[in-house]
Amino acid sequence: MVSIVIFLAVNALPGDFAQAILGQGATDEAVAAIRRDLGLDQPLVTRYLSWLADAVRGDLGTSFAQANFASFTGTSQENLASVASQIAPRFANTMFLAGVTAAIAVPLAVGLGILAALYRNSVFDKAANIFTLSSISSPEFFLAYILILFLAVLNPLLPSLSNIYSDMGLGARLERTLLPALTLTLVVTAHMMRMTRAAIINLLASPYIEMARLKGLSPMRVIVRHALPNALAPIINVIALNLAYLITGVVVVEVVFVYPGIGQLFVDAVKIRDIPVVQASCLIFAGAYILLNLLADILSIISNPRLRHPK
Amino acid sequence: MSGWIWALILLAALVPTAWLFRFAGRLTRRPYFRDMEFLTAFGWMLGLAALLFGLQLYFFNEQAQFFRWAVQGLAIFAVAAWLFRLLGRNVGTQATRRLFRHMPLTASFGILMILIYAIVAIFAPLLAPYGQAEIFPAVNVLPGGDPALGGDPTHPLGTDQIGRDLLSRLIYGAQNTVGIAFVTTCLAFLLGGTLGFLAATIGGWLDQLLSRGVDVLMAIPSLIFALLLMTIASAWAGSRSELLTLYMILIIAVIDSTRVYRLARAVGSSIVVMDYIEAAKLRGEGLGYLIFREVLPNATAPLLAEFGLRFCFVFLTIAALSFLGVGIQPPLADWGTMVRDLSQFINFAAFSPLTAALPLMAAGAIALLTVAVNFVVDWMLHRSSGLGD
Repeated sequence: MVSIVIFLAVNALPGDFAQAILGQGATDEAVAAIRRDLGLDQPLVTRYLSWLADAVRGDLGTSFAQANFASFTGTSQENLASVASQIAPRFANTMFLAGVTAAIAVPLAVGLGILAALYRNSVFDKAANIFTLSSISSPEFFLAYILILFLAVLNPLLPSLSNIYSDMGLGARLERTLLPALTLTLVVTAHMMRMTRAAIINLLASPYIEMARLKGLSPMRVIVRHALPNALAPIINVIALNLAYLITGVVVVEVVFVYPGIGQLFVDAVKIRDIPVVQASCLIFAGAYILLNLLADILSIISNPRLRHPK
Repeated sequence: MSGWIWALILLAALVPTAWLFRFAGRLTRRPYFRDMEFLTAFGWMLGLAALLFGLQLYFFNEQAQFFRWAVQGLAIFAVAAWLFRLLGRNVGTQATRRLFRHMPLTASFGILMILIYAIVAIFAPLLAPYGQAEIFPAVNVLPGGDPALGGDPTHPLGTDQIGRDLLSRLIYGAQNTVGIAFVTTCLAFLLGGTLGFLAATIGGWLDQLLSRGVDVLMAIPSLIFALLLMTIASAWAGSRSELLTLYMILIIAVIDSTRVYRLARAVGSSIVVMDYIEAAKLRGEGLGYLIFREVLPNATAPLLAEFGLRFCFVFLTIAALSFLGVGIQPPLADWGTMVRDLSQFINFAAFSPLTAALPLMAAGAIALLTVAVNFVVDWMLHRSSGLGD
């Protein structure tokens, strides 16, 4: 369904790519030739079905811009960069960024959330509340530029541009990824922390927590051993949703830090109207989004014994 | 890298201090200090260390201009919010006074900020010294207004790369960015709310059709979808930028109306099963009466909170689109575009802090409004849920 929406939306572009690359003074024959080469003269349904069939096999087509470049320089059509080969390394980069972010953000968020629930209504909790609310509601580029200002320009601890090459060592790669990852962490942690706190506090009124407290257990132990397992379902859910959110946040952050990920490729493709690349990136974004939402549902079922064994 | 190592060493050094603090606390008779946990003691020590570090940075560090500005800004905002709450407690009708009496400082700050933004947005042409698209011969005038440092007293914040006055553009940005976001949110609510209540009241195949359609639209992340549709819109609009802005309003309104639809339908369908709806139906009331007189008044509280949150999302989406270069178009002043155009100035932070603050001012203007709205919504939700946590 989603693939149909994306395809239809993209193909509603008037003045298609053939005219876009040839410019104003294009002859009709030239336009027709390029259209034939790119398969744009086929009817819409045929194009959709062939695109979908190829996409399922992992072949996302050839980037129009690349094809245009090849025909311009006269190289053969065989060794063209396909969209898949263009996207694959960038996809890996984006996954690396998301992975680093998740590795920092998830433990931090859950830990801080537990602390906030433990010391609820204290100075720490109120300060954390104001801080998280502000960082949730600020735009990503604001946080990104603040981090650049303090960590890259005023105190040169980290590089402000994340130009990553494929033959870079893990250490150097990590150092350059850290600043965008920190930006995303700020955005995502706040959300996850608030949900962790809310989920735990929701449970604190229940009788078995009262019982554990009356037994004389320490507050930390009550929360970690008794409340946390039952609060796990909403926490997992919100973590997965936030990882899905990372996917959209990644676009702006990648542009700010010039990080060679899929988000930047997408924005560039949008600007030059490179249809196959836009379609493919959109499909990947939407796919990852749906997959993570599905994962959230499955994990919250697994973490809840009452849902695991249906009556 | 050494900065990180020092931070870790400092953290480790706090552990014995916290232990000592707790030990000293045991000697006193006060229950709070006597029964203090180690983690609490560590938290106190951490706060103390942060306070000392901040004081050192504020008073003895020449480089920390931005930190001083941040502290001063925070103090000014806090005092302003406190004064505003004081004003609200003593001026006005009985009802508003009662409202202000139990208001946290964050909420009164939010209300004050929203009021200021509204005033600036409405009276922008009177407040701004120049027009938003007015071009001056002096290009790239530095902010500060000091001629010795490349400034110009007639342009307090300087001019940009083609000679437009930045202060005027910042003020007009309130009108354009906030105004467009507000109109978009209203449209989204009109569309999503109407369809949601219709689906909830009528049900059946209409409900199924709309809900499944919304499911499909919601499966694509909203910023990605907006970018995709903006590509198409930019092709349709051609070079007419005001048309592109109009398309952007429509696109974001449609995308965000799916979220409003979800909420309106959920709230509506829990109201529709009530007895008084049944009674109204038996009285033979029409659809319009049911929706406007029975469902809508009972759904105002959640919808109002949603309006605030939705406004934030719309505002941030528009800012992000403008930042990426496909949102509000050039002749109109806009904060997202300003951040992108001025972002390179941030590299001059060590030499001219005011210049580097320019992109942050535009971005901060966006952040401040969303933070303010969020504070107010948070307070409203807290109040209506009646939860004391």
